[in-house]
Amino acid sequence: MQIINRPGTSIKQVITIRVIAIMAAAVVSSFLITLLGYNPLVVFSNMIKGALGSNIRIKATLLEMIPLTIASLGIIIAFKMKLWNIGGEGQILMGAFDASFIALKVDWIPSFLVLPVMFIVGFLAGGLWAFIPAFFKARFGANETIMTLMLNYIAIQWITYLQYGPWRDPKNMGFPKIPNFPKEALLPQIFGIHAGLIISLVLVVVITWFMKKTKKGFEIAVVGESVATAKYAGMDVFSVIITAMLISGGLCGITGVIQTSGVNKTLTFNVSSGYGNTAIITAWLSGLSAPWALLVSFLFAILLQGGSYIQSALQIPSSAADVLQGMILFCILGSEFFVRYKVRFTAKKPVSNGGAKAC
Amino acid sequence: MLILFLKSAVIAGTPLLFAILGAMFNERVGNLNLGIEGMMLLGAVAGFQAAIYSNNPFIALLFAMIFGSLGALIYAFLTVTLRTNQVVTGLTLTIFGTGLARFHGQKLMGMVLPEDFSRHFKPLSIPFLHEIPVLGPFLSIFLEQDLFVYLGFVSAILSGIYLFKTRPGLNLRAVGESTASADASGINVTLYKYIHILLGGALCGLGGAYLSLVYVPSWQENITSGRGWIAVALVIFTSWNPYKAIGGAILFGGLDILGFRIQSLNIPVNQYFLRMMPYLATIIVIIIGSIRKSSRHTPPKDLGNPYFREER
Repeated sequence: MQIINRPGTSIKQVITIRVIAIMAAAVVSSFLITLLGYNPLVVFSNMIKGALGSNIRIKATLLEMIPLTIASLGIIIAFKMKLWNIGGEGQILMGAFDASFIALKVDWIPSFLVLPVMFIVGFLAGGLWAFIPAFFKARFGANETIMTLMLNYIAIQWITYLQYGPWRDPKNMGFPKIPNFPKEALLPQIFGIHAGLIISLVLVVVITWFMKKTKKGFEIAVVGESVATAKYAGMDVFSVIITAMLISGGLCGITGVIQTSGVNKTLTFNVSSGYGNTAIITAWLSGLSAPWALLVSFLFAILLQGGSYIQSALQIPSSAADVLQGMILFCILGSEFFVRYKVRFTAKKPVSNGGAKAC
Repeated sequence: MLILFLKSAVIAGTPLLFAILGAMFNERVGNLNLGIEGMMLLGAVAGFQAAIYSNNPFIALLFAMIFGSLGALIYAFLTVTLRTNQVVTGLTLTIFGTGLARFHGQKLMGMVLPEDFSRHFKPLSIPFLHEIPVLGPFLSIFLEQDLFVYLGFVSAILSGIYLFKTRPGLNLRAVGESTASADASGINVTLYKYIHILLGGALCGLGGAYLSLVYVPSWQENITSGRGWIAVALVIFTSWNPYKAIGGAILFGGLDILGFRIQSLNIPVNQYFLRMMPYLATIIVIIIGSIRKSSRHTPPKDLGNPYFREER
C-alpha cells in the first residue's frame, strides 16, 4: 500500500468524499443506535420530523441555529489563528451576565438605549473572558486550550452563585430564579422570530468581509499559518492574537446576550446550553469559513432540535444527538485524509527495493 | 484532623492520578490528547455497568480499561493513521465520550452497587500502624486506603520504571522527542504510538471508574466534572514525570475537597467560590508553568506534530 500526496483535488472529488463520510457516519451511528437498543430508522426519521415537520418546529430549529451560527463565527476567528479557544461556553455566560446586569440593575439608561448597551457590554464581557488566556498565550506561550476551558467552569460557578444567592428573585418562593427582564431589554420579534436571526445573518456577512478583505483578517490567517512568517513580514503578532481573541470571545458574548434577551428572558446558569462546545464542531466542519458556518449550523440545529424532539416523543435521551455529532465529526475528520492523499494498493515489491525507497 | 484531610486528599487525587498518567503516555509519544475527559467518562460508565452486571471488581475494572482504550483507539486511528488534527480530534473524542456516557448512563441513574461489590474497595486497616511514633499516622495517609488507591500508586511507580529504566521506555521517549530520528533508528513509530495511546486510554478509563465505583459511588451525569481537563494541565505541572504526578494529584485532590471540609467546620465561606478553586488553581499552574521555562520543564519536542515519513 502506498500513500501519495494528492496535489490538486477537484471540488467534485471533495464533495464526493464528504458525502461518503457523512454516509459512513450515518451507518456507524445506526449501528451504535441499534446496539443501544433503538431502531435507527425510527430515530432518524423522527429527528427530521421533529426539526422540520411543522412551522413551529422549523421556528424552533432556527432558534437553535442563531446561537450556533454566532458562536461558530467566534470560534472560527480563533481557530483560523490556530488558537484553540474552547471557552465559548464561559464567554457566552459572561456576555449574558453583563447584559443581564444592564437589564436588571441599571435603571438610568433611556429605554431605547438599553438593548444597544446590552450588546456592547456583552461583547466586551465575552471578549474580556477570552482576553485573559489570550494575554498569557501571547506573552508567555501559556496553553490557551486549558485556560479557556477552566474559565468555563469558573463562569458557571459565578452565575450559579448569582442565581442561588444575591440575584435570586425573592418573589419566586421555592425555585431559585433570577427575575425576568423588563420589556425594554427584550429583543423585538420580527416575523415571529426574535431579531437575533437578522443579527446572525448580518454577522455572517460582516465576518466574511472581515476575514477576506481587511488587513487584520489577513494577518490572523498568516499568524495561523506560521508565526515565523508573520514576524518576518513585520506583523505585531502580540496585538494580532489579542485582537482576534477579543473578537472571538466578543462574538460568543453576543450569543449570550441574544439567548438571555431573546429566548430565556432572564439569566440562568445553563443559558449557554452547550452551544459553545457544539460551535467548536460546526466551526471545524465549515472549514473555518463564515458562510459555510451558517449552513453547518443549520444542519446541526436540525440535529439538536431533532434530538430534543425524540426525547419527548420517543423517550430517547437527547444525548443521542451528541453521539451522532461526535460520529459525524470523526468521519469528516477521517475523510480529510482522503482529500489530501491518494491511497494506492500495489503488489508487494522486492524487499531491497522497498527498503531503499523508504529512506 | 490534618491526617484525615490528607487521607481524603489522596482519595480525591486518585482519579486525577490515573488520568495524569494516561495523558502523560499520550504526550510522551508526541500526541496531545484532549479526549482525556471523554475516555474517563467512557471508563466510568462501562465500569459501573459491568459492576452492576457481574458484581465482580476485576471485570468492572477490565471493562473500564477496555472502553477507555476503545475511545483511545478512535483517536489513535484518526491522528496516527489518518493524520488528522490532534486538537480537534481530541475535542471530538471528549464530546463523543460525554454523549455516549450520558446516553447510556440515563439507564443507570439511581442504581446502587451491590453491597458485596463495594466491600472489595473498603479502606484497609493495618494493625499496629498507628502505634509507630511520628511515622505511623503519616504512613496511614498512604497505606490505610482502598485497593484501588494502591493500584494508582503502583501504576505510577511502574510507569516511572518503564519510562526511565527500560528499553521500550527509552524508545517511546525517543518517539516523542524526535519522531523522525526514532523512525530512522528503526523504532516502529506507528506501533509505539498506538500502544501507548491505548495504554493511556486504559488508565483514563480506570480514573473514571474510580469515580463511579468508589468515590461517588453511583452514576451521575458529568461525574468527572472537568477532572480530565485538570489532568491535561497537571501533566504540564508535573513535567511529564509519573513520580511527580503522584504529588500533583494529591495536591489537586486536596483542593477539590477543601471547600467541602471548610464547610463542615462551619466556617462561613462561599461554596461557589470554593468550587472554583481547582479550576482557578489550574489556570495559575499553567501561567506559572509557562513563565518559568527551565530546560527540565519542557514538553516532548515533537508533541502535537503530526508525522508522515513521506513528507520529510
